[in-house]
Amino acid sequence: MKASVIVFPGSNCDRDVAVSLEAAMGKKPAMVWHGEADVPASDLIVLPGGFSYGDYLRSGAMAAHSPIMRDVVAKAKKGTPVLGICNGFHLLTETGLLPGVLMRNASLKFICKDVWLKIERNDTDFVCGYEKDDVIRIPIAHHDGNYFADEDTLDRLEGENRIAFRYCTSAGETGGDANPNGSRRNIAGLYNETGSVLGLMPHPERLADPALGGTDGSPMFASLAKALH
Amino acid sequence: MKARIKITLKEGVLDPQGKAIANALGALGFDGVGDVRQGKYIVVELEDTNRASAEKTVEAMCKQLLANMVIENYSFELEGK
Repeated sequence: MKASVIVFPGSNCDRDVAVSLEAAMGKKPAMVWHGEADVPASDLIVLPGGFSYGDYLRSGAMAAHSPIMRDVVAKAKKGTPVLGICNGFHLLTETGLLPGVLMRNASLKFICKDVWLKIERNDTDFVCGYEKDDVIRIPIAHHDGNYFADEDTLDRLEGENRIAFRYCTSAGETGGDANPNGSRRNIAGLYNETGSVLGLMPHPERLADPALGGTDGSPMFASLAKALH
Repeated sequence: MKARIKITLKEGVLDPQGKAIANALGALGFDGVGDVRQGKYIVVELEDTNRASAEKTVEAMCKQLLANMVIENYSFELEGK
């Protein structure tokens, strides 16, 4: 399996996710600078977390027009799996690969803490190592994670089974204080129509090694390594 | 020519920053403050001297980058030559 991690000016989780990918795949991913025109042939493209272009204008708005993103979008549309974490999720909505938008957190505060997520489905390459309805602990660290789409879009996403993860309590109950940022319908992660593009605000790479205090994120990278080998 | 562009949140989209501003105004003793909505104001200088084509260009700028059409509206005025 060959993976590529796209690096933007301001990315700061690119090396973390590279470590997680290497641990699962046994091979270093390619690190691809945003100014390149083409992503090398890859079984997986990762858009990492961070603050691309300083979050100027809107989070992800500038990076969405980086030279490399034209090829990322083209490859995603041809079916190459794309994983967007945090700022990577912003990029996926700004390029239109995923619907909706991530607005300022309802509390207006930057939130950095562990949250609980419910696995809404486990039939994609990203999550086949989890069980459906598993509850996992994953850190969030964002200012703009408040998922918004109009009611018709939200209904369509639910109808098409495109919600990947929802914020919940440790017992798996959604709603109330378990929702850290005001996201509509407690959405923490979302798929495209075919399940080949995943965007999520939480950072699985930040709890994917016992030295980090937990490994609930590891199965995501193991799932990808197994599914895309 | 200058384009003066206003980016505002669409109606129905919650504006927590606007709400915080309204609360702060109330705390400062400004009574009678209703809903507050905040947005962005962007001024772009254009070399174009043709109004019609400048209008088209600014429309495209707003749609492609300056506004996120999922949650934001834009409006603009052109001034000068």
